[in-house]
Amino acid sequence: MIEAVHLTKRYGTTTAVDDLSFTIEPGQVTGFLGPNGAGKTTTMRMVIGLDKPSSGSVTIDGRMYRDLPAPLREVGALLDAKALHGGRSAYNHLRVLALSNGLPLSRVDEVLKMVGLKDVASRRAGGYSLGMSQRLGVAGALLGDPGILMFDEPVNGLDPEGILWIRQLMRSLAAEGRTVLVSSHLMSEMALTADHLLVIGRGKLIADTGVQEFIDLSSAGTVVVRSRDDNLLAARLAEQGARTEPAVGGGLTASGVSSSLVGEIAFAAGIILDELTPQRASLEHAFMELTKDSVDFGASPSELASVGTDYPTTDGSR
Amino acid sequence: MTTALGPRAGRPAQPRQGGAGASPARFSDALRCEWAKLTSVRSTWVTLLVSLLLGVGVGALISYLAGSHYATGGFRGRAWDPTAVSLRALTIAQLAIAVLGSLVVTSEYGTGMIRTSLTATPRRGRFLSSKAVVFTAVALVVGEIMAFAAFLLGQLAIGSNAPHTSLAAPDVLRAVIGAGLYLALIGLLSSCVGALVRNTAAAISSMVALLFVLPGVVQALPASWSNVITEWWPTQAGSQVYSLHRSAHTLSAWSGFAVLVVFTVIVFTAALWVIEHRDA
Repeated sequence: MIEAVHLTKRYGTTTAVDDLSFTIEPGQVTGFLGPNGAGKTTTMRMVIGLDKPSSGSVTIDGRMYRDLPAPLREVGALLDAKALHGGRSAYNHLRVLALSNGLPLSRVDEVLKMVGLKDVASRRAGGYSLGMSQRLGVAGALLGDPGILMFDEPVNGLDPEGILWIRQLMRSLAAEGRTVLVSSHLMSEMALTADHLLVIGRGKLIADTGVQEFIDLSSAGTVVVRSRDDNLLAARLAEQGARTEPAVGGGLTASGVSSSLVGEIAFAAGIILDELTPQRASLEHAFMELTKDSVDFGASPSELASVGTDYPTTDGSR
Repeated sequence: MTTALGPRAGRPAQPRQGGAGASPARFSDALRCEWAKLTSVRSTWVTLLVSLLLGVGVGALISYLAGSHYATGGFRGRAWDPTAVSLRALTIAQLAIAVLGSLVVTSEYGTGMIRTSLTATPRRGRFLSSKAVVFTAVALVVGEIMAFAAFLLGQLAIGSNAPHTSLAAPDVLRAVIGAGLYLALIGLLSSCVGALVRNTAAAISSMVALLFVLPGVVQALPASWSNVITEWWPTQAGSQVYSLHRSAHTLSAWSGFAVLVVFTVIVFTAALWVIEHRDA
């Protein structure tokens, strides 16, 4: 379980993460969703202690990450697949990690097999493609067989087979009772893998909810209706407080009414309906609705400096 | 592609306990990790080989040339110090050791490995200390090998052309052992500077300034200033430990060395503070 309480991170005058409070439960995949620069990576960096919160705290099963006796046995994190020494072989990279936490070296071979890198384990990791690096990063996260896993944009750079693999991996990790937190700026990806969503924009929590509830929450409740007399229907709907506008391809799009109410109004007015379709908002749409005020379109140069890259450079991190 | 997760695959959903009961990571684990890091990249071996070539190879060459010019009077008017001649090249070799010392820390930042390292070992003091211990030990072994090899080969190269000395002569053993100690300390100092500046080029430039440039610049100051600075400048004071003779405005062998030790401890403490307080 990951628990954040009033977690805040400021870089100078920019607030990257703004008073976030959430709990990430075990046994499900929690999607961490937000536009680029929303503070997802910064939040994850604070979870594993790479960045210090300006205020507030985040704990792993009630303890600070740095107080964990053997962190790799409890948390596996893949934040940046290229965060390794390119001159080391994949095997040596994992061996170094295993030694640091006193893990048995047999685990290195096990995880290499799991991610399908066994045959290339003796090659320099610097020569790996992004997809292979992602697999190596996943191997590193699984090394200590941890109960909590955190992946930052894991499907980036993966081919379709790799994307499918990582989805199935996350599902099966959660099914085993582990806590899985995965960030993405792609709604479609989250719709396929996540059970629960944590949505942030401009560092602020926008929604902490189930995937279906999230769609319902922001669903505009529109209805597409085609009738023999759209003008009359539009007038009757307006009388009932609904807004209408011409729908693409003919008919009306009515908002602020349910489809059954549209049916009742049409019946009362004696209008024959050809089509009556409630529109379920897609996750993509719901997300756009909720974050439209928090996308960094108008970022000033100083903001760009802090949101332009997922990782602040080492020199610019303060 | 399978998603099998080894022993855990197929287990029904159940709340997992955190790593309770798992054996905690110890300092010795961090030491083993750093040893594996150091020995698993090629640059370590290349740099160590270069430092040995510089220290021993160039040292033997200098000794041979010095010895062969002794008779023709190239050293007339100057004190003939065969120990100093044979250890002369260590002033160049120390740069190779300093480069490796910096790289041990700065390559973590340069490659991004630091984020993975600090995720595995979030106690940053432990991380930096284990690195320092492992590298200083390696630098000490290499430094002593280099010092003894340079001395013995150097005396051989001076050969019959000029008076040479042996480890049995007064203070010579201290100077040769001291040379290895000095090299180890320069390596550690360079690692600490690397942790402060987090950048290979900046760390090496700083070490070059500390070792060569600033001591040279000081010579341009009035004698009342330059004498004091020369006497106490940490790297110069430290080098007294491999010098047989005390010239004017220098500390004794061990007090000079102590100055370098204290300076290194101060820089190490600063590095610990910085790594603890700056985001990785």
